[in-house]
Amino acid sequence: MTHPTKEWPLFEVFIRGQHGLSHRHVGSLHAANAEMAIKSARDVYTRRNEGVSIWVVLASDIAASSPEEKGSLYEPANDKVYRHPTFFDIPDEVGAM
Amino acid sequence: MYAQMIKSTGEGVKSLDEMDPQERAFQERINAGGKIEPKDWMPDGYRKNLIRQIGQHAHSEIVGQLPEGNWITRAPTLERKAILLAKVQDEAGHGLYLYCAAETLGVTRDQLTRDLLSGKMKYSSIFNYPTLTWADMGAVGWLVDGAAIMNQVPLQRTSYGPYARAMVRICKEESFHQRQGYDIMMKMAQGTDAQRKMAQDALNRFWGPALMMFGPSDENSVHSAQSMAWKIKMNSNDELRQKFVDECVPQAEYLGLTVPDPDLKWNEERGHYDFTQPDWDEFFDVLKGNGPCNTERLAARNKAWDDGAWVRDGLMAHAAKKRAAKLAAE
Repeated sequence: MTHPTKEWPLFEVFIRGQHGLSHRHVGSLHAANAEMAIKSARDVYTRRNEGVSIWVVLASDIAASSPEEKGSLYEPANDKVYRHPTFFDIPDEVGAM
Repeated sequence: MYAQMIKSTGEGVKSLDEMDPQERAFQERINAGGKIEPKDWMPDGYRKNLIRQIGQHAHSEIVGQLPEGNWITRAPTLERKAILLAKVQDEAGHGLYLYCAAETLGVTRDQLTRDLLSGKMKYSSIFNYPTLTWADMGAVGWLVDGAAIMNQVPLQRTSYGPYARAMVRICKEESFHQRQGYDIMMKMAQGTDAQRKMAQDALNRFWGPALMMFGPSDENSVHSAQSMAWKIKMNSNDELRQKFVDECVPQAEYLGLTVPDPDLKWNEERGHYDFTQPDWDEFFDVLKGNGPCNTERLAARNKAWDDGAWVRDGLMAHAAKKRAAKLAAE
């Protein structure tokens, strides 16, 4: 063969459902370009009214935190319990707050 | 199941004390019901096993389109045709969800495809049986998808996140498949004598192969024990097969059809049906490539891949050209 078949790049697919929630990652697929990825995403991921909007992004363009960073990234949140409303005791007489 | 005869690589299940700290942390996370995600550390065996298992499952979905695709052009009504078409399209989707999950483990889609086409990787034995009549569309949906559901529902809780999430999507769609199959069986069973005979014949031919889908008994298998410890296999093959039989027998009774097993009997003491094991020699023979349709199925997949090469290449070339034109315009 004169053109060795090259694999289509991988796209990650995000769908926004009907009820006003944000786009959510639903899976991935291979496509020659973004336009085709959206068309295929429609067929693969919204066969049953799962969404009203599709985003696709090249998987290779996604930057992600690594599992090793889990400690340094998320542990500082644990000693700031005052960020949660339940930290504060509000007397019943005050009513709903 | 859709992934039969997956042998894990380890020599047996290690106890927590025998593991190094990294592996121990991994196993403890699984024991606690945690999920393993693509970038997390995992033992080589876990990764390899999952690639094989998910890959085989994906291949089964793709090859599984062939026996049903056989009837799309000959469905008895336009409605049945549209339904079957939607079902077969779902199977393609299921294959894609699973390939995506496998790819997160570091294998490429092309590699998986090559391994299917060369016969290196397997797909479920069930798809090497022919679909001879329209009633087979009923039997396949009812029994084959029914058996698949038995296995897939617990896999929604499997330890590997992308696999579990793919299973959730698949299970949502699978119940349509089983019900459309049973619906066909109901129509046939309530039809003319000839139609009833066709339905019974389909049940006769698919019963044994459906029981084989769960794989041979694995109660004492080291491989199964490891897969279960890793939570990539949730139940033993015998357990799922029994559950399947217990559910199918009353469904067959409702249809007025006879399960082709003279020794099938309710066992009051066990609270389960006693039944005859399928022909395991036949099973191993089909896995080896000697089933009625092995050659035909692989040839069909190879032809589709070869015939599609110019489309894949053409679209890549077109995309590159458009990208270049866009860059030039900027």
